[in-house]
Amino acid sequence: MESLRSLLRPVMSVPLARHLVVALVAFVVAMAVIGTSSQYLQTRYAEMAYFAIAAGGLTLLTGLSGQLSLGHGALMAVGAYAATLVLERTGGETLADVFVALLVAIAVCAVVGVVVGVPAARLHGPYIAGATLTLAVAVPRLANQWDVLGGEQGLQVPVPRASELPAWIQDLIWFFTAVEIDQYSFLAYLGWLLLVLTFVALANLSRSRVGRRWRAVRDDDVSAELAGIHLGRARVVAFTVSAMCAGLAGGLMAMNVRLTAPGAFTITLSLTLLAAVVLGGLGSLTGALIGAGVLAFLPHFATDLGESAGLSATQAAEVTPVVYGLVLMLVILLAPAGIVGSLRSFLARSSLTSSLGQTKEKTT
Amino acid sequence: MQQFLDTTLGGLVLGAVYAAFALALCLIWRSTRIVNFAQAAMAMVTTYIALSLINADVPYWVAFVAALAAGFGLGAVIERVIIRPVEGKAELNAVILTLGLFMVLHGLTAITFGVQHRGFPAPVSTNAIAVGDTSIGITPFGILTIVVVAVVMAGLVVLFRFTDLGLRMRAAAFNGEVSRLLGVRVGRMLTLGWALAAAVGAVAGMLIAGGDLVNPAFMDPFVIYGFIAAVLGGLDSPLGSVIGGLILGLSLSYVTGYIGEHLAPLVALGILMVVLLVRPSGLFAAAAARRV
Repeated sequence: MESLRSLLRPVMSVPLARHLVVALVAFVVAMAVIGTSSQYLQTRYAEMAYFAIAAGGLTLLTGLSGQLSLGHGALMAVGAYAATLVLERTGGETLADVFVALLVAIAVCAVVGVVVGVPAARLHGPYIAGATLTLAVAVPRLANQWDVLGGEQGLQVPVPRASELPAWIQDLIWFFTAVEIDQYSFLAYLGWLLLVLTFVALANLSRSRVGRRWRAVRDDDVSAELAGIHLGRARVVAFTVSAMCAGLAGGLMAMNVRLTAPGAFTITLSLTLLAAVVLGGLGSLTGALIGAGVLAFLPHFATDLGESAGLSATQAAEVTPVVYGLVLMLVILLAPAGIVGSLRSFLARSSLTSSLGQTKEKTT
Repeated sequence: MQQFLDTTLGGLVLGAVYAAFALALCLIWRSTRIVNFAQAAMAMVTTYIALSLINADVPYWVAFVAALAAGFGLGAVIERVIIRPVEGKAELNAVILTLGLFMVLHGLTAITFGVQHRGFPAPVSTNAIAVGDTSIGITPFGILTIVVVAVVMAGLVVLFRFTDLGLRMRAAAFNGEVSRLLGVRVGRMLTLGWALAAAVGAVAGMLIAGGDLVNPAFMDPFVIYGFIAAVLGGLDSPLGSVIGGLILGLSLSYVTGYIGEHLAPLVALGILMVVLLVRPSGLFAAAAARRV
């Protein structure tokens, strides 16, 4: 055990290497879990993956650079529509089509991120909340304005057929999981692959000079500016990175839901993402992952609970937002650091008391 | 010309409602420095209470007063139980808290009353008034809306300018520490501020719902429009809120009438961004120094 630890130390002390090792392990585990799951669970895992990508971007923005965004639902809508329009043109049958669509979604959202981020960088507190909330209301309604966006009914999304995938991928998946890849598992694998890549990129970014700048801006903007940090630039970069994540998440969401319509991108979606990152703990990628898991699995659980309590289907569907709202309120009132933050401070406290206990024993 | 007149009159009625909402936000901002993003949801709850009373054959105006009272109580309870712990803490916390409250109120109303659209009665006609042979773009209910909002505003002016209670409320909002030393029950004043704001919001809810269909989402746009109107007027100034509401109502009415209904929120966002970037403290507030 000790020799293993000393063997790993040089790898684990470099952030990039550590993140890559963790990512590789996480992806192998994810593949094994997805491969052996039912179709229902595979859909949930795919959902969890795109929620986690969006939540990861949001937690980076709100937790590290201190800007609140209630407009990430709108940014996901932008990504979803961009990806859908590309898939419509290319037919979306091959893996290349899928990646082109996702890249376009990311690129479009990067542009939107800069456009929104520049004015947002000058706002704070309730002002940025109100402005981004307006964005969340305004953007999805644009789909009704232009015919190419399909109006209220939305656009059908063509999805790649698993049989069209390159042979080596099919073989690889079969080799690992002994299960033929189908459309549902393909979307789950794709989602988790992109999730792992995104989180490695975000974790590295947050440990880098850029991430340190964001923290400095968040904690004390005046001192940060005195130290030579360009506040506006740091905030715009944070917003753009976050918007790119939302765009990727939106593109994946479009492929999973197979229908891109304005009704899917309500204020509630944006607030739900906020609930996920607040619950997990602002600024923590692990927290974002936990929050995304809640987003993917809670609705079905809560709806079942509501129906068993005698509510009609439409009423039971409203149990979920109530739970999210309660989560937001309770976390803020009782544990503002969220799950990960609270655990971390609990562990720190207990290790502190145990080490204090040890010194006490030594002195007596 | 006819269309311009109609759009303008429609915009004024809409603006009066936005003004009432902005006024409610402004009252809360002045007393606790919190933007209440749950304002619209609170007003939606009181509107549903009034609707269930009306469906139980209670006269309209009794239900109106009941909604007002319910708003007053709801505001007081929310301030005392939920908001008090985060007052004076990081501004992000209060924002997230009121958004959580928005979701909870929204969902609970949908569970209790159902999500279907329901008709809401109006005390006076909602058909356009006819002058000679042509009908003009304002209804008796529209006129009532403007009158009610004006009465509410006048009442608030009297309260804050000419009564002892209003003076104490202003003192508590201006400087809590000093007011407490001088014997003002600051906590009570803040609760009263929230209660008054929620009552104003309840009035706005009744005015929006009248003669229209309501469902739990019917107030959602007012979360942002009320906020934008209040920011337009500077959040701190009641008069500014009213003027901001009218400006926003007219602008959105013109956009809807001449360009396209679905662009209205985007234009509202544009107005908000221009105001925040050019005059961050609003059109009417005294300039305060804050640069970063």
